[in-house]
Amino acid sequence: MLRRILSLIIKEFLTLWKDPKSRFVIIAPPLIQLVLFANAATFDVNHVALGLWVEDSAHPARELVSRFEGSTAFDVVAHFDNPGDVERALSAQRVKAILHLGQTFSADVLAGRPAKVQLLLDGRRSNTALIVQNYAATILESFQRQRSIRPEAGLQLETRAWFNPNYDSQWFILPGLTVLLTAVATILITALSVARERELGTFEQLLVTPLRPMEILLGKAIPPTCIGFVEANVIATIAVVFYGVPFIGNILLFHVAVAAFAVSTIGIGMVISSIARTQQQAILGVFIFLAPAIVLSGFATPIANMPQWSQELTRINPIAYMIRLTRGIFLQDVSWSLAWDQLWPMLVIGIVTQAYSTWLFARKLQ
Amino acid sequence: MAPAAPPIVVVDAVTKRFGKGPQATIALDHVSAEIRPGQITGLVGPDGAGKTTLLRLIAGLLKPNEGKITVLGQDSVTAVTTVQHDIGYMPQRFGLYEDLTVAENLDLYADMHELDGTVRQERFASLLAFTALTPFVERLAGKLSGGMKQKLGLACALLSRPKLLLLDEPSAGVDPASRRELWRIVRTMAGEGVAVIWSTAYLDEAERCDSFLLFANGRLLASGSPTDFSRRVDGRTFLITVPPGHKHRVQRRAAADPAIADAIIQGERIRIVLNDGATLPDAAVLGGTGLPQPVRPRFEDAFVSLLHGRTAPRSSPAVPEESTSTAVTDGAAIEAHDLTRDFGAFRAVDNVTFTVAPGEVFGLLGPNGAGKSTTFRMLCGLLEPSAGSARVAGVDLGTARAAARERIGYMSQRFSLYGELSVRDNLDFFSGVYGLSSTRRRQRIDWALESFELGPVARQTSGSLPLGFKQRLALSCALLHEPRVLFLDEPTSGVDPLMRREFWARIGALAEQRVTVLVTSHFMDEAEYCDRLAIVYGGRMIAMGSPDDLKRRFVSDTLPDPTLEDAFVALIETQGTKAAP
Repeated sequence: MLRRILSLIIKEFLTLWKDPKSRFVIIAPPLIQLVLFANAATFDVNHVALGLWVEDSAHPARELVSRFEGSTAFDVVAHFDNPGDVERALSAQRVKAILHLGQTFSADVLAGRPAKVQLLLDGRRSNTALIVQNYAATILESFQRQRSIRPEAGLQLETRAWFNPNYDSQWFILPGLTVLLTAVATILITALSVARERELGTFEQLLVTPLRPMEILLGKAIPPTCIGFVEANVIATIAVVFYGVPFIGNILLFHVAVAAFAVSTIGIGMVISSIARTQQQAILGVFIFLAPAIVLSGFATPIANMPQWSQELTRINPIAYMIRLTRGIFLQDVSWSLAWDQLWPMLVIGIVTQAYSTWLFARKLQ
Repeated sequence: MAPAAPPIVVVDAVTKRFGKGPQATIALDHVSAEIRPGQITGLVGPDGAGKTTLLRLIAGLLKPNEGKITVLGQDSVTAVTTVQHDIGYMPQRFGLYEDLTVAENLDLYADMHELDGTVRQERFASLLAFTALTPFVERLAGKLSGGMKQKLGLACALLSRPKLLLLDEPSAGVDPASRRELWRIVRTMAGEGVAVIWSTAYLDEAERCDSFLLFANGRLLASGSPTDFSRRVDGRTFLITVPPGHKHRVQRRAAADPAIADAIIQGERIRIVLNDGATLPDAAVLGGTGLPQPVRPRFEDAFVSLLHGRTAPRSSPAVPEESTSTAVTDGAAIEAHDLTRDFGAFRAVDNVTFTVAPGEVFGLLGPNGAGKSTTFRMLCGLLEPSAGSARVAGVDLGTARAAARERIGYMSQRFSLYGELSVRDNLDFFSGVYGLSSTRRRQRIDWALESFELGPVARQTSGSLPLGFKQRLALSCALLHEPRVLFLDEPTSGVDPLMRREFWARIGALAEQRVTVLVTSHFMDEAEYCDRLAIVYGGRMIAMGSPDDLKRRFVSDTLPDPTLEDAFVALIETQGTKAAP
């Protein structure tokens, strides 16, 4: 039995490696996504093109303006003196934000009256606008503190809780990305390997050999697991070495987590491949699963902010557990007992899906 | 048949390559030909010979790399739209919409050809009557039988009243009765002056054409009138009678004889083609009895003798001599008892019962969709029967499927190998999954590389090998674990006649070593190699016996020497409406 499974595993690795398409799937997308996400897709907003519309030339106004000019978050690119120019500049996207100080700003500040600071934002990019608003609020806050303006009499700009300006979003993105890319690779390899055999007719050839369904399943599951380990380690290493993401947690726990996660994603890949008849269908199936699974994983948006019903859905999403766990391992040295809360659901998902796909395979024979 | 009319298609030194640089495959190599109106021109050759490429070039769907094609006086490339107006093209898998009815399919094609009003209705009526599809207009195209689908495809291609009709393997997998009907329809069209190009891998169809173009590997090997072509081997074709049980041995001896160009098993006799100028060897020397009887030459005889002249003479293919265990089992090797299989409300296989003795070559013969594949799949454990039982190599498939699998070898039509892997890797893999011990594994792989002549290509990627090598590799993989029963699913459909002979010589040698062989086929030629046949039609077994038995049943004054196809058609007719699709 071992010999048979071993032959199957060797063959799986050989086909994966010798097929240029499979090789591409394993190597290229993870690297491309890593580079894209780590560099391009950052939540940090820098060098925001800022326009100034200052109708007040007294000292407090000039001081506030110089604070904006000195901030790395903003680049002052234009000055305005009438509402018409302001409107045109914003709608043409020459500036992302405009700081407006009215004629009475300095007088109000000096008199201790509530002073109005207007920040005009390009609301079409709501996400960026929100972040820019927060940066502005931070600058105003420090300005306020320094001038010992009482909060109740302070500058009025609405603020909302968002990121700390020092917060490096790569710390948040890269551990999640490690999980996502591992998931994509393992699910895709599993689903494609069975679908390819089915498409080429070799699956029937396998079924007439003495291999039992369980053995085929093992032979098909072990290679993607190995690839999942390699992928997770490579990406984690890149995150730590090149992007300076801390890895505080237990490295053994990390590997246990990857193993449990691989069991669940491969199970999902197996279910997809037991339904799909061709490689195209398998790829489609993988995307039908992955798109909502990523949205509901907490990778980009916090699960706590989701409506109740979709929070419930994340409970059957192995990616959600793994992202929570991986962030814990990277950033806060999560304990084994806390990790277990995330590990067992992944194992349950894995066992259920693998059992279901074995049953599907066996049923197909009847 | 004087070529009175000027040609409707002129193919002038056309070369078509796919891909670029040294890796390009040459699909057609400096091919020149002429197609005349009112004739059926057969485009004959094995798979990959370039038949479809030529049809697509004529239809203006491809551009030649070199040379020029003139269709109806116009260039096929520059005047593509005007040319296509007069062409009816029926691709191999016809573009029928399976979820539309027969009438809706016709409507769609009529819309595409902008047929309106009375013209449209008239043509529908005449084509439906012509193809005998009138009772089925409301049926979904997907629910038609293979033969009816082809007829509908043909009707759609004929809607625009083309002057040139291009048919790409219209008869592949179609039952013999429908095949005859297709010929009748197309013959009528040709009679009305339409030029018909009929591509086929069946060599017997070449004989029915007015002229033929014979292709192999992109080259035009021969052309002209099929009767003239067959006449090349006139007086050189004979049948040798052999004592029962000796046909494989006699065939091997005959094939090795330097005087003989071709020797094949035909029922219980051996058909031989003498080399040009050779004297007929004594039948007794070859192991036959009586005098060799002269027979009318066939297209295939001339083709094989032509191929023999071109390729280096090959002694009989290396046969895996004494390699397979000769463990004699008592009783039947395959027993099917009341096998039945339902798919929903559809009964694909209905109470099929037969037994196959050890060492017998047994054929399941029938058109596509008749139930032969379903029966086959149940017997090799790929499908569970709805009712009935099956025993293979003494093991009940219902209770000990894994044990049965260790005793069977399986080779599918598509030579299901791992194309990305090398020949050696494939052999390694299959010997591994059959659980061979490491010494035995090494022995068997060496045996496969040697006796199937795969040694020189052992390191090559199997997907890039020519069809013949792939077939040998597939067969060797199926034999690595020395199975007692070998399942072959349409093993030689679409391969050239030499490859088919080589393949069947190996199968014959295996049978002599008491390996049982179960074959499915819709090729009548393949059926001749079998010891016994079960004819499957409409899910039921309608006849069983040796090929000669089946033929003898239908000897009559009008048909003194019926072919297997004649027998098949007669059998279907005697079945009446019961087995109608």
